Amino acid sequence: MAEQVVIPGWKKWFENIGDQVWFFFKFFRNIFTGGFEWSEFVRQCYEIGYRSMMLVGITSFIMGVVLIVQLRPTLVAFGAASMLPRTLAVSFIREIGPVIIAIICAGKIASSIGAELGSMKVTEQLDAMEVSGANPTQYLVVTRILATTFMVPLLSVIGDAIGLFGGFLALNLRDNMSFQLYFTKVIGSLEFIDFIPAFIKTIFFGFAIGFVGCYKGFNSNKGTESVGIAANSAVVTASLWIFVIDAIAVQVTSLLFYN
Amino acid sequence: MENTKEVGIKDKPKSREDVVIAIKGLKKSFGEKDVLKNINLQLKRSENIVVLGRSGTGKSVTIQCIVGLLRQDAGSLKVFGNEVSEMSDRELKQLRIKIGFLFQSGALYDSMTVRENLEFPLTRILKLTDQADIDKRVEQALDSVGLLDAIDTMPSDLSGGMRKRAGLARTIIVNPEIILYDEPTTGLDPITSREISDLILSIQKKYKTSSIIITHDMECARMASDRVLIMNDGEYIAEGSFEELHKSNNKIVAAFFKDIA
Repeated sequence: MAEQVVIPGWKKWFENIGDQVWFFFKFFRNIFTGGFEWSEFVRQCYEIGYRSMMLVGITSFIMGVVLIVQLRPTLVAFGAASMLPRTLAVSFIREIGPVIIAIICAGKIASSIGAELGSMKVTEQLDAMEVSGANPTQYLVVTRILATTFMVPLLSVIGDAIGLFGGFLALNLRDNMSFQLYFTKVIGSLEFIDFIPAFIKTIFFGFAIGFVGCYKGFNSNKGTESVGIAANSAVVTASLWIFVIDAIAVQVTSLLFYN
Repeated sequence: MENTKEVGIKDKPKSREDVVIAIKGLKKSFGEKDVLKNINLQLKRSENIVVLGRSGTGKSVTIQCIVGLLRQDAGSLKVFGNEVSEMSDRELKQLRIKIGFLFQSGALYDSMTVRENLEFPLTRILKLTDQADIDKRVEQALDSVGLLDAIDTMPSDLSGGMRKRAGLARTIIVNPEIILYDEPTTGLDPITSREISDLILSIQKKYKTSSIIITHDMECARMASDRVLIMNDGEYIAEGSFEELHKSNNKIVAAFFKDIA
């Protein structure tokens, strides 16, 4: 009986990296060859964007309220209560909003894509598409990755607005601050460099969410339990990537704009 | 091998034109496990070959090699005279249009209705754009498998037999010259199994297709086969008509036929 070959961990790690690079190459090549699946792209934008809007909206609203409630006592103690709109706006637009919304999207979207493609693999739908002569990368991967790359920034913008509105309601209830005063302070405190780098990094967040979800789903094993593993692994990996991208984006932004 | 012929040696085709699939010395391993050890097979035009064998003997791996889902480690695998392992992606795609593949589960796309499942190969592979033509072809294909009533149903609402029929309709809609069936009757009740076997036979007659049918269903083998191959431990050990093999004294072959009257 043949002995089972044990592949060293480092070799598996490099194989995995190689697989991901190849997957990226296939995705990139398929964007430009063989026709774009517009109808599937629009459907995915609806599924990924519109269907996540409620979750993103509610979470952002709560985050806005919670941040004001948490920040207020400290700023009041320093006699800086008037800084609350500015503090919330800058922290929410630059960092908290994009990252929290991306993490929520990783939980909802990356897991959903991972599970969907994983289950398609288990039920041989991916193989069926492949052997029929159709291109599963073009139909399933390109559309999903581009849809997340397109929709996550939009969700982030909407989430930011709702979060700031949540902050206003919290301040209005506690300090009776008017809508006009609040948003005058918010808009006045924000600059071009607060918006643009934050928006650009959400594009990368969206790409990472779509890419990881598709990769994990496409490369899941053929057992039913692998669907759950693919979904779980997609969320964990996408979340990790979001923090890595955020760390890089903060360094780049800091070097370009704040030094 | 008693009462049986050695595969791929005695039954030479009359001409090269008659052979649509020619496999010689095919080998495939997964890690240290040799799944296919020495596969030799010739499928002739309009012929139905049934492959019988225990689970895990490499039956499905063979047909996955034929469509290029898996690459062989050694040996020659020619479809329509072209070596599959040497084909470019583009050539493989062209070849796959000529080969239908019915998966064990039917492999219908869950997010699409039956109609959309059938439209998919027409719009993506044949690149048809005339909706009237597409509708006509979809209805014809579904009618030929007796599933026209379920045209706008989601796959999740279909029974196992209906899913297989819908899968079969999606397979034949592009008029393939070869159809590979991976356990088409597994998991179905005897009556539905018989219906699927009848369908396989009628499709062969109607569309003049050549088929390789992998099955454990002896009734399906009896009904649909022109030739039966018995696979064991990565190679074909016996070949013949259903009746010839039924009389075989080979222990492994006889084990398959022991419950057949």
